[in-house]
Amino acid sequence: MQVTSSVRQPLVTGGKTYHDVTHDVSRQVEGKPTMAWFLAFLTAVGVLVLGSIALIATLWEGIGMWGLNKTIGWAWDITNFVWWVGIGHAGTLISAVLLLFRQKWRTSINRAAEAMTIFAVICAAMFPVIHMGRPWLGAYWALPLPNTFGSLWVNFNSPLLWDVFAISTYFSVSLVFWYIGLIPDFATIRDRATGLRKKIYGALSFGWDGAAKTWMRYESVSLILAGLATPLVLSVHTIVSFDFATSVIPGWHTTIFPPYFVAGAIFSGFAMVLTLMIITRKVFKLEDYITMGHIELMNIVIIITGSIVGIAYITEFFIAWYSGVEAEQYAFINRATGPYWWAYWSMMTCNVISPQLFWIKKIRTSIAATFILSLVVNTGMWFERFVIIVTSLHRDFLPSSWAMFYPTWADVGVYLFTFGLFFTLFFLFAKFFPVINMAEVKSVLKSSSEKAAK
Amino acid sequence: MERDTHFILGVYEDEDVLLHAVKDVRTSGVKIHEVYSPYPVHGLEHALGYKRSRLPIAAFLFGLLGTTLALTMQLYMMKFDWPMIIGGKDFAAIPDFIPVSFELTVLLAAFGMVGVFMISSDLKPWAQPRIFDLRITDDKHVMAIDIANNSTLEVEKIKEILKSSGATEVNNKSFE
Repeated sequence: MQVTSSVRQPLVTGGKTYHDVTHDVSRQVEGKPTMAWFLAFLTAVGVLVLGSIALIATLWEGIGMWGLNKTIGWAWDITNFVWWVGIGHAGTLISAVLLLFRQKWRTSINRAAEAMTIFAVICAAMFPVIHMGRPWLGAYWALPLPNTFGSLWVNFNSPLLWDVFAISTYFSVSLVFWYIGLIPDFATIRDRATGLRKKIYGALSFGWDGAAKTWMRYESVSLILAGLATPLVLSVHTIVSFDFATSVIPGWHTTIFPPYFVAGAIFSGFAMVLTLMIITRKVFKLEDYITMGHIELMNIVIIITGSIVGIAYITEFFIAWYSGVEAEQYAFINRATGPYWWAYWSMMTCNVISPQLFWIKKIRTSIAATFILSLVVNTGMWFERFVIIVTSLHRDFLPSSWAMFYPTWADVGVYLFTFGLFFTLFFLFAKFFPVINMAEVKSVLKSSSEKAAK
Repeated sequence: MERDTHFILGVYEDEDVLLHAVKDVRTSGVKIHEVYSPYPVHGLEHALGYKRSRLPIAAFLFGLLGTTLALTMQLYMMKFDWPMIIGGKDFAAIPDFIPVSFELTVLLAAFGMVGVFMISSDLKPWAQPRIFDLRITDDKHVMAIDIANNSTLEVEKIKEILKSSGATEVNNKSFE
């Protein structure tokens, strides 16, 4: 029998039985959509449609629609790309890294966090593809296929190509990991349903029957996938940081980038998980599963990763001075005091100072404060990428090439489009898929529920 | 009696009772067809005497295949088929090939292993599973005993054993 220390907080409150878990999660899928869901969904679709005007304009006219100029060739597009990929790190971190560390509290948040990961990576991948200008060609130019001129191949020395492999592997492995976890839960919904729903969820559940032998293999597959996904999730943002770190641009050419990007990714990912979870638990009345304990633990992860990010900012500054490289020193002084000082100090305030508030127990156990701070952190993380990308580029090597970046309506619109896409997908997921991993919650129910603690 | 058609089902509520029951039932000489659970019960595979899954081996071999394919592909393209000087690097710039090799290793290991899992457990969208009890995916553990496999024992005797092992219900189930 599993024994859990009595000082641990219960993971499931409200004296839930196994059947209650099934019922509380499945009823969202089975019931008619609520008014709140419809309003939220329609808003997301509205943003998607609105944003698609900018997207279509960009595809029709080319990326000249954006505010890029000959000095600043990467701005909002790549900022948004890195920002979305970063958000897409929390899901796999929660489900894979926390599985390896045997953190049972992951069970009630991993499903939604993984869904968020997948949708965020879709949004992220759009930006480099659109940035290619002709995405219908770019999509296969990035693959190692022989071309019509003979076999001139893609350049495997380029971190941009490594990114193609990293992002697509991350996306597909996360998708498989997520789906394997969904199979037993689809079977639960299948066995409660009749008619068409039974057919649909029957097909989705792949004929799952819950046999001990299948569960044994399932556990084995989960563990190995977690073992594979853990270095994978760390590799993805490492490789994203290589896009910058392997260049010779002052401000980008930094060895600290890989760990600093990974910490930042986890930081922003957890913030987004909190934003979504606080809404989801409220709308779907899942407070007994996603408890204050869960929120507090995620806030603690935010303190840790936020502090790592803070130390990285300061280290970068120190190393720029200590290196004695004038161009590097200038790049950093320019970040803090140049024309983009406001972006730099927004980043510093949102990412370094604000998460430190979570040291106060009252703040990290307050829903309202957590929600606000999660939004602040994600704003800060967007500014971080903007600062790294734009401030390093805008003061080019020759003063005659110095420039500023001004976003156009198309920049804003395409960013909005990805928001619309992300939330449309998330709301569809929340309605039609079980938002909590029922089977995994049941497996910790006996040892870690409030009932067990008594 | 035909095999794989007529079953006695013991329904259990609690995972620990189930674990003991599996041991008790097996020691009293009853052959268990399979146990069905709503969630993974740790130690159940040992109690049932299943051999360790060989899926990790499959994952390793697929991973190895991924590494080999990735390195071969990159070396072929960059060194042999169309060598180009890029940043003054060696044509076979092995350190540069590591990220892609790593990603393809993970990709093939993950997809290969999941593929093997799907095939070995017969998971596919058009599968028609045999459902012993609808509550298996909700809150009950069900131990299925194939009557034909236990022809030496009387049906009543098996039911007796199941009851005394802690089953809250004992049912019959037959498939066409």
